[in-house]
Amino acid sequence: MSARVRLRRAEPAALATAACDGDLRAVARLLSLVEDGDPKQLRAASEALAPAAGHATLIGLTGAPGVGKSTLCDALIAELRRAGRTVGVLAVDPSSPFTGGALLGDRIRMQRHATDAGVFIRSMASRGHLGGLAWATPQAVRVLDAAGFEVVIVETVGVGQAEVEVAGLADTTIVALAPGLGDAIQVAKAGILEIADVFVVNKADRDGARQLARDLRQMLHLGEATAWQVPVVLTAAVKGEGVGDLVAAIEQHGRHLAESGVGARRRRLRAAREIEALALATFRQDLVAAAGGLLDDLAERVADGGIGPHAAADKLAGELRRRA
Amino acid sequence: MTDDSIERSTIRVVVAKAGLDGHDRGVKIVARALRDAGVEVIYMGLHQTPEQIVQAAIQEDADAVGLSILSGAHMTLFPRVVELLRERGAEDVLVFGGGIIPREDVPKLKALGVAELFTPGASTGAIVEWLRSAMRASAS
Repeated sequence: MSARVRLRRAEPAALATAACDGDLRAVARLLSLVEDGDPKQLRAASEALAPAAGHATLIGLTGAPGVGKSTLCDALIAELRRAGRTVGVLAVDPSSPFTGGALLGDRIRMQRHATDAGVFIRSMASRGHLGGLAWATPQAVRVLDAAGFEVVIVETVGVGQAEVEVAGLADTTIVALAPGLGDAIQVAKAGILEIADVFVVNKADRDGARQLARDLRQMLHLGEATAWQVPVVLTAAVKGEGVGDLVAAIEQHGRHLAESGVGARRRRLRAAREIEALALATFRQDLVAAAGGLLDDLAERVADGGIGPHAAADKLAGELRRRA
Repeated sequence: MTDDSIERSTIRVVVAKAGLDGHDRGVKIVARALRDAGVEVIYMGLHQTPEQIVQAAIQEDADAVGLSILSGAHMTLFPRVVELLRERGAEDVLVFGGGIIPREDVPKLKALGVAELFTPGASTGAIVEWLRSAMRASAS
């Protein structure tokens, strides 16, 4: 029997219990469950996991292709493991918009941790979702959190606005850059200056790294003064250099989040957004169900110029309220 | 949520090269072919140990593991992967593969639990078709 069939027959609650007990296969299956997105199972899973979740430190790691994110992630895992923390990693890569398939290759750079039971690495395809994450990423984070991984790293490609999504998810967002792939002005243009909690200039052993770091610091300095001064950390991840400084910066940011109350505020905001998104999805489903032929009628009248779209929308919404 | 296009029961396959052999052209072609067929391919690259491969298969909740071995060590590596999957309670994960495997070793490997082997000359289309029907078969 394939893993898929057994998954469908497994009780989400039972899987959640096993996952929280340290059963890594159950963790993996729960991740598949949330990826598959069956509404009933998702509901059961998130309720079962809720009591155990909320403890992990969430780190977002993003940056353009080629800056060395996966190598950096690998080095970060090693450093965290040295400090005795358990680590979960979600490596998100895009699905092909044509075939729905995906080539998920981030694991390659992290394979030295492959047999460490304190590290759980999962590759996630975006499955059509735009924004740098998969739709299921927040649920997947919850699974790893509830299963007891103390730090959860979400690694994703970012080329501009895509970073915003991971920043909305993480406690600490790391934006990685490398020399030779665009200068600090490009960074500012892309709009990611505001969303980074920590900047990393990787491949620090290459020409231009120090200049890039200087330019970044200058740009940050020119911006608004904020309570948290975004550090620029130089690393050569492939050599493991500078990663200790990165961890120190992450820890410092964590202390700032706790002491200032910003951390709690961000988490509440995240929860509010999640609740709103789920509630809106339900309303949307109800609307579609209630609409029936009414929407077609209204669409014809609007297309013919009989009534305006706002009036039509009011009628539709009115119908939904009437049936509620 | 705007994602009505969430795929259900997407096939996930771990693809790796085990052992010392460093020729990855074939395995990359297979990985791309699988992706083009809608599969989520977790590509693990070269020099993977059976332990690393099996751990990945479990973490990734893979439906199948595809191994490419051109070094001659197939009679050791394939069965070891099958055995480790069994030990970890993941015997439902299909093991298949390709590379340089003498014809007389194919039935031996199948007897040891390898689901299918694709030797030089096999088309990527045949691999995709086999995977799809194997998934259909195990779902029923």
